Amino acid sequence: MSEPLVFHFEVDVSDFTSAGTASVTVKKNLRQLGLPSDVIRKLSIAMYEGEINMVIHAEGGTADVIVTEEYIDIILKDHGPGIPDVDLAMQEGYSTATAQIHSLGFGAGMGLPNMKRYSDEMKIDTELGVGTTVTMRIWIR
Amino acid sequence: MDQYEHSVQLDPKKCTGCTTCLHHCPTEAIRIREGHAVINQDRCIDCGECIRKCPHNAKRAVAGKLESLQRFRYKVALPAPSLYGQFNNMDDVDYILDGLIKIGFDEVFEVAKAAELVSAYTRRYMQAEGIPKPLISSACPVILRLISLMYPSLEDHVLHMLPPIEVAADLARKKVKKEHPEFRDEEVGICFISPCPAKVSYVRNNFGSYKSKVDEVVAISDIYFRLLDVMKPENQVQTISDTGMTGIEWAGSGGEATAILNEDYLAADGIENVNKVLEEIENGNISHVKFVELNACPGGCVGGVLTVQNPFIAKARLRSVSRCLPMAANFADPDEEYIPEDFLFDEMPSYVPVSRLSPNFRESMRMMAEIQRIRDTLPGIDCGACGAPTCRAHAEDAVRAGLRTVTCPFADSFGGSRK
Repeated sequence: MSEPLVFHFEVDVSDFTSAGTASVTVKKNLRQLGLPSDVIRKLSIAMYEGEINMVIHAEGGTADVIVTEEYIDIILKDHGPGIPDVDLAMQEGYSTATAQIHSLGFGAGMGLPNMKRYSDEMKIDTELGVGTTVTMRIWIR
Repeated sequence: MDQYEHSVQLDPKKCTGCTTCLHHCPTEAIRIREGHAVINQDRCIDCGECIRKCPHNAKRAVAGKLESLQRFRYKVALPAPSLYGQFNNMDDVDYILDGLIKIGFDEVFEVAKAAELVSAYTRRYMQAEGIPKPLISSACPVILRLISLMYPSLEDHVLHMLPPIEVAADLARKKVKKEHPEFRDEEVGICFISPCPAKVSYVRNNFGSYKSKVDEVVAISDIYFRLLDVMKPENQVQTISDTGMTGIEWAGSGGEATAILNEDYLAADGIENVNKVLEEIENGNISHVKFVELNACPGGCVGGVLTVQNPFIAKARLRSVSRCLPMAANFADPDEEYIPEDFLFDEMPSYVPVSRLSPNFRESMRMMAEIQRIRDTLPGIDCGACGAPTCRAHAEDAVRAGLRTVTCPFADSFGGSRK
């Protein structure tokens, strides 16, 4: 077993349109590792949605991508308001994004559902007023 | 490895080793070695960015020469619609086409004509069930090569329609065969008048399993002054042109997409913008758009580096050329149920993992960790003084070469580490 690789990113809220840059970098790195393109695609969509979520709801946070020989974990950690009702938030189309966010074409209520769809396992740890950590795993084989 | 023959070449005598092209190459294909730029042929996509940005004119595109057509007995010119935007005070395309005859061609077949047919059949293509959303245009050869090198997951999105240059070549050949049966196939030379080096490379290398029907590619800039010499306002010209507004406007960004006659489209031009759009498509972010037109050159084909005129001026001139024309002059065969086979290609070129570190995943992991370790010892200013476009690329080059450390001209002034 070789040491897992870690890619660490600060997801910055300052420029809304630049959200998604971490997933682009991760995608390039994964291509260099020679991972199959379906794995890369799943990961980049799951991570992109997570990044956008952090920017919309939590004023940014950190993203860590851990690559092992068997799987890739994405850990998205923010210090936002927390999710009051996780089951409700997981429903397709449910969104608490502001009208302003909607006008930018985001907030369709597909963020968390897509993260679940494109990852193989997903876990949400959230506490109101403290923050949320989403961990997603994608198996390589 | 892919033996792709490129048209972008460097004149080492003119190259000063400045880092301009290094920083603008979208695929990080350039390094400065021993005082001048070196292009990694496996990564080059012939976009022409380095030609466009070089302050010393040290980069150029090598296209064919008009004289080389002497080997053919019957010569057909295929002018790209972007040629029409190169001339001042021009509102009649026939003067240009007549000029082509005067400089030695026996016949002219407009690519704009083929473009209108491609548009007509693309509309039909898009009515079929189960086509991917969005569909990506196949007209720009740089985009196709970019997708096959960097975006393998988007290959299914590419429209499997041949670009207008190929359709034009095929139709021109058939026309000559019918009207001049006295010439054998190999005596007929089909010559594309090109705005860009990527078309030169595409014709030389073919595309996937598809073999180009074009024999020679000549630069617009190469024949421009010859054309000017023979194009006189007092000339009595015949009516040769047979294209509408749609075909001509393919030369500018958005022209192909508007011809789809569907408002759910997107058109992006300039390689940097194109990359951003491709990333968005990969993220599944613009699936509501039905058609995506991508042009590597700013402004579309009129922005090609083998043109003469500023792309925005050229685009404005195209409008004055096409203003009094019908929407289109060429239409899909109404008796055909679907799309003629001659308009389609089967397969994209197979994906070449140019960026992969090693065929062995575990080894790639080790190399990546090593790249990160070395990168963290570098200042992170991406100055290019070492010859690589970024500190990250410098670290990667070292690891690929099996080195454990790198030299950095500025390591001392930054304390040797950014952490």
